[in-house]
This record gives sequence, C-alpha cells and structure tokens, in this order.
Amino acid sequence: MSLVDQLLQYLLTGISVGLVYGLVGLGITIIFNATGIINFAQGEFVMLGGMIAVALVSIGLPLWTAVVLAVVAVMVVALLLERLAIRPLRGASVITLIIATIGASLVLQGGAKLIWGPEAVKLPAFSGETPIRIGGGGINPQRLWVMGVAALGVVGVQLFFKYTLIGKAMRACAINQAAARLAGISAAHMVRLSFAMSAVLAALGGVVLTPVALMQYSQGTHYTLTGFLAAVVGGLGSGLGAVLGGVMLGIVESLSAGFISSGYSKAIALVVALIVLWWRPEGLVRRRRP
Amino acid sequence: MVGKRVTKIIRIVGLVVFAAVVAAPLLLGSAYLTTSAVLIGIHAIIAVGLGLLMGYAGQVSLGHAAFYGIGAYCSAILTTRFGLPPLAAMAAGILVTGLIAIVLGAPALRLHGHYLAMFTLGLGIIAQIVFNQARGLTGGFSGIASIPRFSIGRFTADTDAEAYLLVLAVLAMVIIMAYNLVNSRPGRALRALHESEIAASTCGVDVARAKLQVFVLSAVLASVAGSLYAHFITFISPDPFGFGFSVELMVMVVVGGARSVWGPVAGAALFTVLAQFLQKAGERIPYVDALDTVLFGVVLVIVVIFLQRGLVSLPDRLGLGADHGQKQGA
Repeated sequence: MSLVDQLLQYLLTGISVGLVYGLVGLGITIIFNATGIINFAQGEFVMLGGMIAVALVSIGLPLWTAVVLAVVAVMVVALLLERLAIRPLRGASVITLIIATIGASLVLQGGAKLIWGPEAVKLPAFSGETPIRIGGGGINPQRLWVMGVAALGVVGVQLFFKYTLIGKAMRACAINQAAARLAGISAAHMVRLSFAMSAVLAALGGVVLTPVALMQYSQGTHYTLTGFLAAVVGGLGSGLGAVLGGVMLGIVESLSAGFISSGYSKAIALVVALIVLWWRPEGLVRRRRP
Repeated sequence: MVGKRVTKIIRIVGLVVFAAVVAAPLLLGSAYLTTSAVLIGIHAIIAVGLGLLMGYAGQVSLGHAAFYGIGAYCSAILTTRFGLPPLAAMAAGILVTGLIAIVLGAPALRLHGHYLAMFTLGLGIIAQIVFNQARGLTGGFSGIASIPRFSIGRFTADTDAEAYLLVLAVLAMVIIMAYNLVNSRPGRALRALHESEIAASTCGVDVARAKLQVFVLSAVLASVAGSLYAHFITFISPDPFGFGFSVELMVMVVVGGARSVWGPVAGAALFTVLAQFLQKAGERIPYVDALDTVLFGVVLVIVVIFLQRGLVSLPDRLGLGADHGQKQGA
C-alpha cells in the first residue's frame, strides 16, 4: 500500500470513529443546553447500546430487531437516570450534579460488568465484512454504516431543532427557561426529551460501532471524555461544533495510531484536545444561539 | 435537643475511643492491622486535600489517582535507578505534580465547574497509558520492585510500626495545615467562593487564583501520599493508580463530608476497610469489583440527594453536635 492509500484509510477510520465521538458530544450538548448539566454518564449510553445489542443477538433475535430494541432500551435507561438522579436535584450546585451523574455512570458501568462480564464483545457486521476497495486499500463496509448513521443522526437533530415545534420549544427553553414557561412550554418535559434524544444518539453510535471496534463494559468513560472534549473543542452549546470537534479528535487518534504509536494514540488525541482548549477556551466554533 | 453535659460526655468518650483506635495497631502488634492503618493514613492524606478542593473550592477532580501515581513513580524511579534519597525523590514528585496541576488547572479553573472534572479525567487516562506504555521508565505492567523503605537522614522506617508513625506524623501535619487554611483569610475567601462566586469576586477575591492554589495543594498532597505508598509497599505497578481509585477517593470525600477537615479522614478509614473486606470476599464471589462500582455509584447519588454534608454531619443532624466555635461550612 502506498503512503497516500494508507493515509486515506486512516482518515476514513478516523472520520468514522470521530463521528461517533461527535454523536456523544452532540448528546452532551443537547442535555447541557436543556439543563446546564454535563452528563458524565453519556459515554455509558454508547457502551450500553453495543452491549445490549450483542446480548439480544446472542439470544437469537435477528440483527435489526436487536439493534432497534437496544436503542429503545438505552433510551429507557436514560429516562430512569433523569428521574432517579437528576430530577431530585433540581436547583443543586454544579458540583453536586457532576457527582450525581458520575454516580449514575458507575452504576451503569458496574452493572454492565455484572451482567455481561469483563470480555470485549462483537456484533455481526450489518452487511458483510468484504472490504470495499478504495484506491490501493480497502475499507470495511461497516465503517460506511457508521458514517452514514452518524451523519443521519446529526442532520436529523439539526432539522428537528430547526423545523419542528417541539424542537423550537427546546431551543426556547435553552435560551430562556422562564420566558419559555410563560409561553406554555413545560421545562421538565424538555429535560426528559433531551435525555431521551441524547441517549438515542449515543446508543446508535454504540450499535453501529460495535462490529468494527468491539465493546466492553469499561469503554463508556472513554466515550464520555472524548464526547465532552469534542463538545468543548467545538464550542460548548453548538451541535455542529461538537460533531466537527469529534471528527477532529477521531482523525488525530487514527493518524497517531497509524504513524506514531498505537499504544499512545488515545493519549495523543487527548493532549491535542487539551492544547486546543488552552489556546481557545471558547472552542473552535464561535457559539451561536443554541 | 440533648443537654450540653451529655454532648460533652459524648465528645470525651469519642476522643478516648479515637485515641485508642489510632494507637491500637501499635499496641496489638498485628501486621495485618498495621498495614491497614498505614493505608488508611495514606488515603486520608489524599482525601483531606481532595476535601479542600471539593468542599471549599467547589471543584471535582477525577484524576487524583494519577497525581498519587506520579508521586509513587517519581519516588520509585529516582530511588531505584538514580539512588536518590527518598526525601529528595519525594520532593521531585511534589515538583512534577505541582507543575502538572498548574498547567492543567490554570486554563480549566478559569472556566466552569465541569472543565476541571473532565481535564483531570483526561489526565487520569493519559497517566494510566504512560504508566503502562513507557516500559523503559515505569517497567510497564510488571512495575518497579525493591523500592527502599522511607528514610530521613539516619532514621529509616524499616518496620511497619515505624512506617505507621511516619504516616501518622505526615497526616497530623496535613490536618493541622488544612485547619489553618480553612480558618485563615484565604480559607474564608474559599468558603465565600463556594457560596457565591460572583459575590466573592465582587468582594475582591481572585476566584480563579484561589481555586488554582487549592487544586495544586491537593495534587501535591496526593503525590506525597504516593511517595509514602511506594516506600511502604516497596513494589508498584499501574493498577492502583487508575480511574477506579480516583472514584474511590471521591466517594471517600463525599460520603465522609467534603465540607469539614475530618469528614474525608472518616471516609478514608471507612472505605479503606471496606475495600479490604471486599477484596477478601472477592476471592469467593466473581466480579465483586463490579458490585463495588455499582455500590459506589448508588452511595454517591444517595449521599448527594439526602446527606449533602456527609457522614460527619450526622451528629449535628441528630442533635448531638457540639457547638463548635466555628460551624463547619456554615
């Protein structure tokens, strides 16, 4: 393989992983806009999506049924989390809310290990594993699934916020909750909706990624962190910024895994993100109205 | 309400019991007990610092296990490879963690509360990767063995009892320092900051600077604890310095009560004993560590919802509290 082909392959891998980081970041942004909370359990939704889908396939359900059920199940988990850990803390300080969502992430992580054990699991690929040839190299068709689903999720969310009444209501809530309430919008409703939406996005990412990247009970933390960094690198509050930030992180990670060291690739991506934030704490994309 | 005399008696009894518990490992001469006591002391040193950060600066760190590990690795590497005396190695650890804390904290603390939590989580993950990957320096996952016991000049903490006394002395200094800090002018500034950052900054408190100082202090204390750990156990590997331990430290502080000096100490004692108990149980129950994680999570959520000031606030809540001249966290 020539250097250009190699580069192309790393870029495609990076973009597909990065889009999943972006989905997590987008979910973090949605919850942040609705509640002002950074949800430290966001990455666990990715992990749960993958793990539940694998479990459902292993008891004999068809792949597509398992995928849909997994996403729905994660949404239910997110709504439970909101009900049990977030709603009782309305009006609490930032540190209290952070601790509560960290607590929730521990429950999900430990629970996943109790139920499914410590091994990494794999989901069958959606449309075979024969690589599609691009130039001198090949790409796993599942990578295309990851990119397609992630892009669909991102565009869908943007359209939802822009054109639907509920989407507009959520935006109104993010801009000024008191005024939104005066206009007859239930803020509590919007908070629930934001948790459900961001869980669906993360779970979708987890489900499509599991056939290529494997999934393990402990991986949620990594997705939380990269998702958050994606969101802040993109300028916290901006959905598209989060996706761009995620893709940037994914590409840095994939290139450094390919050309520098696979052991250090995640560390390198984190350091790059921290340097970007040091240089521009407000993120790369200037924040506009949410 | 309970009468004043009764609360006085409770306090005296409490002090006597406390003194007896502290002295017990020395008097009973049980190796198991002494080892546990040393670990409690080491964890308490970190927890007091983390308590200052969480209770007074209102910030969460998910990377204190990394600072602890950096201190331990500095001590291990510098004493075994370069033959430095333990005290010098400890000082080097303090320097390294202090610098990392400044680099990480300065940008994060100018921003909102969740930035430091995420940045320190990132540090924890990076540190864990480096501990495992930099085999030439850290020995990878097989770690570093035959680290010398701690010594200052001609005194060497050869026996476990001596190590216990050493850790107790350091812990006592840390507690006294924490008390002084809490009741000093910067301490009052910090408490004001926890109540309302805006109000504090209009009163002339340099909010970001005050938070950064506490963060660096807490990181340095974790590093000191790490050095003490390396010289006590005499063998280190990346395992004890991972994300799990950062969470455990946070649980100690939150459950003990972040807004008092003794709360984190109580939390450290409780969870160190609990962890050892669970480790023994783990030989029979599979995945007991996962059960641990779930338990920690549930405890965290319950405590922040129902018992925000932690266990040390229980006597006050039950009406047994003595009237401190200075109400903690009031």
